[in-house]
Amino acid sequence: MTAASLPPPPAILIANDLLDGDVVFRKSDGWTRDPRAAFIAYTSDETQALALVAREAEARREVVEASIVDVDIRDGAPAPRHFRERFKTLGPSVRPDLGKQAQFPDYARAAGA
Amino acid sequence: MYRYDEFDERFVRERVAQFRDQVQRRIDGALTEEEFRPLRLQNGLYLQLHAYMLRIAVPYGVLSSRQLRALATIADRYDRGYGHFTTRQNLQFNWPKLRDAPDILELLADVQMHTIQTSGNCIRNTTADQFAGVAADEIEDPRPVAELIRQWSSLHPEFAFLPRKFKIAVNGATEDRAVLKAHDVAVRIIRHAETGETGYQILAGGGLGRTPMIGKIVVDFAPKGHLLSHLEAVMRVYNAQGRRDNKYKARIKILVHEIGLPEFKARIAAELEAEGPSFRQEEVDELARIATFFARKEYETLAPHSRPYERARAANRDFAQWADTALFAHKADGYAIVTVSLKPIGGPPGDMTSDQMRAFADLADRYSLGELRVSHAQNLVLPHVKKDDLFALWRALGEHGLSTANVGLITDIIACPGLDYCALATARSIPIAQAIAQRFADPARQHDIGPLNIKISGCINACGHHHVGHIGILGLEKSGRESYQITLGGDASWNAAIGELLGPGLTADETPAAIERLVDFYLAHRLSGETFIETVKRLGAGAFKGAFAGVSRHEAA
Ligand code: SF4
Repeated sequence: MTAASLPPPPAILIANDLLDGDVVFRKSDGWTRDPRAAFIAYTSDETQALALVAREAEARREVVEASIVDVDIRDGAPAPRHFRERFKTLGPSVRPDLGKQAQFPDYARAAGA
Repeated sequence: MYRYDEFDERFVRERVAQFRDQVQRRIDGALTEEEFRPLRLQNGLYLQLHAYMLRIAVPYGVLSSRQLRALATIADRYDRGYGHFTTRQNLQFNWPKLRDAPDILELLADVQMHTIQTSGNCIRNTTADQFAGVAADEIEDPRPVAELIRQWSSLHPEFAFLPRKFKIAVNGATEDRAVLKAHDVAVRIIRHAETGETGYQILAGGGLGRTPMIGKIVVDFAPKGHLLSHLEAVMRVYNAQGRRDNKYKARIKILVHEIGLPEFKARIAAELEAEGPSFRQEEVDELARIATFFARKEYETLAPHSRPYERARAANRDFAQWADTALFAHKADGYAIVTVSLKPIGGPPGDMTSDQMRAFADLADRYSLGELRVSHAQNLVLPHVKKDDLFALWRALGEHGLSTANVGLITDIIACPGLDYCALATARSIPIAQAIAQRFADPARQHDIGPLNIKISGCINACGHHHVGHIGILGLEKSGRESYQITLGGDASWNAAIGELLGPGLTADETPAAIERLVDFYLAHRLSGETFIETVKRLGAGAFKGAFAGVSRHEAA
């Protein structure tokens, strides 16, 4: 991801865990499955730093499909602005019993469509 | 059913071992994602939105009860307790882990299943009429031909790196139930108009996706023993002359379209000429060998009509309504082919839980000689049911939520996974299917509307066949929102047609109402006995635009 193609802050880094495929979020150190714990980049410098982290994490085989996603902050939690990444963060809309929405119901209430 | 020989068995086991090694090398770091991606795709393992996805081949849609039980085991042990049947008659698991994939493949190999050629630019799983071998309107069972093509195309060195993916369908009945004209190549078993001899008609250049095209007949009649030489000629023309410079122009349909049908046929003829005699005795022998695996089942000698069935029909309206949609005429007296809907009102089309799989496997053992089929419409089929058993079967299906009486009706909707799962999607498909099904849930109303196919895709790739839906729905993104384009007049039968776009895209909320207006317009204008698609063809899609515009105006207001 080039600096020019990075979305404007606030933004988070999301990816799929290499071994599980599960959606993961970058926190200040390492990865989390909890979207509320995601590190939120508030400046473009921070977004660029996240992009570097993404490249390194892919090279270290921690994750695949790492991408920086712009978010709104709702009740203090990051909610992706685009509906695609919102579904990726929450889980299938037709199966509320699966995905992060099932694991973190209060997050889903805050960030849901 | 076809059983692997030693060669097949060894080949599949070797493939599992290779993939186990590849996964390990990916985990250890010997392979980068770029290096590993084509390897995992060759084994049907995709990375989707929320997780990996494993696509399992169901050759020509035929499954045994034992195989379905194995799928149920995998669903429970390695997935989230359900699977999804696709329009390619395959099964997808939505949540497998990379580290478990080799073990899953091992379990599949135990029941002679695999994921080979379910992805990549190769000849994919050959699809066929889901009623193959049992339909009363059949000229010849297409499964031996489908199996022959599977063997011929499996790892064929010449066809392993085609310009693009390649889909083949085979049909042996008078009615086309395999959407032949939407395939790169299709084989139609026919009787020669003059001699009455059985042989093959070959179509090419069909396909949906970004540039939908209806397949054309490129070989009018190839006698028996001449099939593979003709197919190879078609493949060689494509492999040598199909475009590789542009992914969107690489399918055979573009080649046929660009050079025209006469030229394409001339090139096939030239290719055949160069190869020498096109008759192959080995093909005849191999087909005969394969056919023994599919030999006619041991049916009981029964009367064509079943008193218990007629009595149950007369006594139970729900049963009669179900039977009206679910049954198809069987070759053998006293038997019926039963289509089991995987479209419960409000459920995701084509999904089945592991409990349902196990229950269904038991019912297949009890009532259908242990065999079942997957249809491209994402339903299941019990191909050998005694009419005397139909009522008991219906009751048993009902206990597992599998007796929805809507096969072929407006709520029997094809929908691809869309943005609820698919990484390529531009919008969701399943919730649209659910909302439409709920709107038309009333069984009496559905039966009054009659046969109507709605098909929904979550992006231009058209896995949901929307172009050939009587009503097609394509989910796109417009100004940061999901938007749905409606087409009318598509047809997946032998009279195949691509639907016509009715107007600007609608929101998800507006879509069910728009569909309802189209249906109301049909109900108001149909002639006696006329189906939806017949009315559309008689009046033209344009006549429906007024009804549709009402919704669009509403949207603008
Ligand atoms: S049509 Fe598009 S969204 Fe639907 S399954 Fe195919 S690629 Fe995915």
